[in-house]
Order: sequence, then C-alpha cells, then structure tokens
Amino acid sequence: MSGLPERGDVIDGFRIEERIHAGGMGVIYRVSGPETGFPMIMKIPRLGPGEPGEAVVTFEVERMVLGALTGPHVPRFVAAGDLARIPYLVMERVEGRPLADWVGKGPVPPAEVARLGLAVANALHSLHLQNVVHLDVKPSNVILRESGEAVLIDFGIAHHGHFPDLLAEEFRRPMGSAPYLSPEQVLGARDDARSDLFALGAVLYELCTGRMPFGSPTSPAGLRVRLHRDPVPPRALVPGLPEWLQEVILRCLEPDAADRYATAAQVAFDLGHPDQVTVTSQGRRTRRLGVGKRMVRWLRAIGYGPDSVSSTSLQLAAAPIVLVAVATAHTNEARNEALRATVRRLVIAGEPTRLACITVIRPAPELVGADRHEAATSQRIKQLVQLRHWAEPLKLPPQQISYHVMESGDPAGALLEYARANHVDHVVIGSPPRDVTLGGLLGTVSTKVSAEAPCTVTVVRVRG
Amino acid sequence: MRWALLADIHANLEALQACLEQAGREGADGYAFVGDLIGYGADPGAVIDIVEEHARHGAVVVRGNHDAAALENSAETMNPAAARAVLWTRKQLNQRQVAFLDSLPLTARREGILFVHASAASPGQWTYVTDPARAAESIAMSKGATWIFSGHVHEPALYFASGSGRPVPFKPMAGVTIPVEKRRRWLAIIGSAGQPRDGRTEACWALFDDVKQTLAFHRVPYDWAQAAAKVRAAGLPERLAHRLEHGE
Repeated sequence: MSGLPERGDVIDGFRIEERIHAGGMGVIYRVSGPETGFPMIMKIPRLGPGEPGEAVVTFEVERMVLGALTGPHVPRFVAAGDLARIPYLVMERVEGRPLADWVGKGPVPPAEVARLGLAVANALHSLHLQNVVHLDVKPSNVILRESGEAVLIDFGIAHHGHFPDLLAEEFRRPMGSAPYLSPEQVLGARDDARSDLFALGAVLYELCTGRMPFGSPTSPAGLRVRLHRDPVPPRALVPGLPEWLQEVILRCLEPDAADRYATAAQVAFDLGHPDQVTVTSQGRRTRRLGVGKRMVRWLRAIGYGPDSVSSTSLQLAAAPIVLVAVATAHTNEARNEALRATVRRLVIAGEPTRLACITVIRPAPELVGADRHEAATSQRIKQLVQLRHWAEPLKLPPQQISYHVMESGDPAGALLEYARANHVDHVVIGSPPRDVTLGGLLGTVSTKVSAEAPCTVTVVRVRG
Repeated sequence: MRWALLADIHANLEALQACLEQAGREGADGYAFVGDLIGYGADPGAVIDIVEEHARHGAVVVRGNHDAAALENSAETMNPAAARAVLWTRKQLNQRQVAFLDSLPLTARREGILFVHASAASPGQWTYVTDPARAAESIAMSKGATWIFSGHVHEPALYFASGSGRPVPFKPMAGVTIPVEKRRRWLAIIGSAGQPRDGRTEACWALFDDVKQTLAFHRVPYDWAQAAAKVRAAGLPERLAHRLEHGE
C-alpha cells in the first residue's frame, strides 16, 4: 500500500471513515465493518523513508502489548494487519472524556482530583497485574468512561514483562513525555511499575495546581533535575489543598522508586480513604526542602541507579493489601489472638504490606432522623476504639494500617464489595465458635466470603 | 506447522516421553531434535529409537557433540564424567542406532528456519552461544534464516536482532506465547530436555508455530527420580544422577 488510505477505502473488511487524529507516529481513523458491538478506530503507523524510525517499533510494541491485555481499563483489541503487507491496528474507540479536558483550566477541586486519581490508579493496577508497565501515563493517554472508570490508551512504549522488549536496546534516549517521565526512565529503565506511579503523581500535581511539577524540560540535563530537586509543594501553590492529598502526590513523586507507594492499589487505597492517610511533614510543608535535605537528595542522586526489578507480578505480590474482618460484637481473647497470630504472619512491620481492619455493624433500624444519625456515630466510634484495641498488639506503624467501620445488613456482601473495590489480596476472617447461638449467622459470613472473594481467604478457627 | 522443538535430551527417556506427551497435547504436528540425543543419561538406545521413529515421519534431527563423540568413540575434549558416559554409551548402541547417528547432518533447513546444535558460525566446532556477541555470529552465518533453533547451552534463552544492532538477550518465561515475527531475526536456545541446569528439574522444550509466528518455551515435570536411579544403576558417574535431581 502506498501512502495513507482515503475515506471509503476498505482494508481487510474495515471501511475507513473520517480521520480523527494525525500524530508524529501515525494516523487514526474511525472505521466501520465487522459487527463487534462497539465503535472502532484504526491506527496506521507512519512508515517509509523520511518517517521516524520509532514509528514502526512503537507500532509493533503496541500491537504485541494490546493484543495481550484484557479488561475494562484498556481499549478492546480487534485486529492487526501484517507489517509486511498493510500495517494497521483496529481497536475499540473508547467513548468518554480524555483526562486532558480537566487540564489547563486552573486548579481542579481536591475531591475531583481524588476521584480522577483513584480511577487512574485502579486502571494502572489492572495493567500491572497483567505484567505491563505503561511508561507514558499523561492526561491525553487517559480516557474516563461515563461510568467513571479510566481507560489507558497508547501502548506504543509500554513494557510487557513476559515479552522481549523491542524498545530496550533500540533507542538509547529516554522515551515518554518529559513532564511525566520518572527518574528511572530518564536513566533508561523500562521495567518498573512504580514509574507509572511517578507519572500519576505528576498528573495529580498538574490537576491540583495547574502546573507541571518539573516543567517541560527538553534537554537531558533538564530531565535529570528530577533526580534530586523536589517540586514546589502543591500547598504552596494552592493553599487550601488538603494535607493528605499533598502527602499522596509527593509520595508518588519520590525520586527513588523504593520511597514511592509499592503498588497502584496502595495509591488507590489512599485516594479512596483520605481519612486514613497518615500525614507527615511531607504533606504539611509549603516550602521546598531545605538546603540540608536537598544536599542529601543530591548526593543520593549521584549514586542513583534504577533498581533491578524481577517482574511486575512479583513486585505486586510483595506488596499485598490484607483485609482482616474483626467481629467486635461477639468475640473473646482467644479468638482475637488467633486472628492476630494469622495476621502477624502476613503483615510485617516495615514491609510494603498494608492491613485494613474492618468491622461490619448492622444498621439500627428502630430510630429515624437525627437520633438515628447520632446513635450511628457513637456506635461507629465505639467500634473504631475496639478495632484499634484489637490491632494494638500488632505494633504496626500508622502508614501500614487503617480502620474501617462499615454499616450493612449483609456483612459478607459488604466485605466482598470492599475487597473488590480496594484490590485486596488476602482476607483473614474468623470462623464462628461452635457454642455460640450466633455461630450459624457468622458461619454464613465466612463461608460466603471464602466462596466468593476475588482473592485468597484464610478462615481462622480456634481449637477446642 | 506447529513444531515441537527439543534439544539436549541426553539419553533421558523419562524426560523425552514427558516432553512428547505435552507436545502432543499442545497440538504439535512437526518435530525437531536439535542435537545431543545421547550422553550423560542411561537410556541412549531407547531414546534413539524414539527419535528415529519420528525421523521416519518427517522429523528434523541434527547432530550434537555428544552424538558425534559416541560415533567416534572418543571424548578427548570432554570433562571426565562426560567422557566416561560417552564410552559407556557407545557400548549400549546396536548397529542400527549407530548408523542412525551417523546419518545425522550438522544443520538442517526448512523455510526460514535453521536447526543447528551449537553456533551456526561453525557447526562442527560446537561453540557455545552464551552471549549477544556469540548470538550475533551465529545469526550472521545462518545464511539469512529468520529463526535459528539451537541447543548445546542448557538454559533456555531467546535472542532477537533487528537490522543493525547487536542481538538482545531475553529470558523467556515458561508457558508464555511470544510473538516472533519475521521482520526480526530470532535465535532461540531451547533449553535441555534431559539435563536442565538452571536450578529447576523440569524438562525444557518449545513450541514454534510457523504460521502464527509465535514461540512458547515450556517446562514439564518428569520422573527425574527414576532417571537418576537408572544413571546410578548403570554405574555412570554419581554427578550425572545428582544433576538431574537438582537441575544443576
């Protein structure tokens, strides 16, 4: 095929409609044809003399990676044309608003930033679970469906942990978008899922403040500044910004990947539970780091080399979220200790594991209005006190543990919903004591949870 | 065609049978044995018989250094354990089996594919392809093959090269189907079926689909306890039994 197709041309059964985008690497058309049940686009790379050499490799990478991905957070893959004959990629046209729509109109309200960030973090976690690192997360590569779910697009420079990395040796200079590029990408690393968390931090920063944390440098030296210089704290630019949100953003933007969140699921967790974020001086400060701390960062940056990462799935497996369901209402010390003993083996202080302690209480139906509200609040506080009391012997640092009191007539359903929404990797739940009348009811909860949970479930039983 | 690729079986009957069984389940309809059918293990005759049967039905078989050594009944360049195994092996083979080994070529070609036990740069010199530089030599001397399938080195590896640069090494993960399109050139070290050395005991084999242009490296558990017991019973060096038990 010479040149680009015209409207009305038919390629392998796909009819070319209007051109919707023309970029450096390729051109995108809307296409119609085989009934898939969703709208489609066709991407055609710019090949041939005078066109960028990367175009063909990024095309191959996108075809390989997209073809291997599934789920609601990526465009559905339809077909690919042979590179030797007619190179093209047909995929779902994702309907929704690009995240770029929120950018450039001044600071976005914090609650909205948290909602958007949570959606992107959920999408990234789904990607990372499939062993793929996106490496080009930026507002124009995220589309928000009407449902609120985020979809990541453009996998041209992505890395799939199980496939040969066609881009690894081919192009020595860092690929990606300067404002969002992680320090390790600047140094050429392409296999760390936490690079995407850095980019997410840069996006959140931009949404909150209307500014890029590190500007848009074009020179290698300009790009390397982020290895040691911290960005202006968002709260210095937007005084009303909540401390917890700055805490999350700056933790994503840590120059050393090991200092960031361990997984996108953990970012999502904090964005979804602002009241559970432990705010440190990082979240409070309104000035950049002092000379002393800057010096430390600078010295660390000199010796900085990207971590060697085993694989994205192993990285994720090393940083699980554990949910423990604590039945505060009817329990005894033996059962409490048995539950803690199990949790102790799973959640170790100082490791990137996180523990969510949850208790589910039934709504109080006999009261209405303000009274009911008051009763519920006091009930909630009592439960929180008990949860903390239960967890105290674990001696976990506050960043690693959170407490949640949920109100529901269907405890198993509430726990399951929580586990799904928060990417929980392991549920620990007690089995009911046999001699308690409530046993039957509790038994139903642990049975239902272990049958339906999306993850591993440990049911803890006390002997005797 | 869906090629089942096996290398370095080394007279390990249990490993060979396990690989062939899995290859059958995965829908293989072509077979290639890229050298070192024998040496080290206790079942040289039985292994040759199975491979010969496949060859009669069109399988590709090329010669490895252990096959050559058994033919020449000499093992001057080998380590003592391997040398003892070579001399022992030769005594187990009947005339027909020796004749089959003698009929094996150093290389074989099919459309776009080169099968060679060690480096294509010098097939009879048995050069180990252990790094990108060696892979580059082998690819350069393959006379334009798109896919080169080799053994000799016992750990699975995949090298890919595009036009200019040095081939890039990749450590494949078992069970993953990798696109290996003909725009690039690919050199795959299948990994040893009969004497894995990467710390795992499972036998290595690979499945190459020449229509879809995909390659999947596989590992299959087999009865290595039995294979090791036979090595000991045959009076072969203890080290050869130990290797099977530990994949080293």
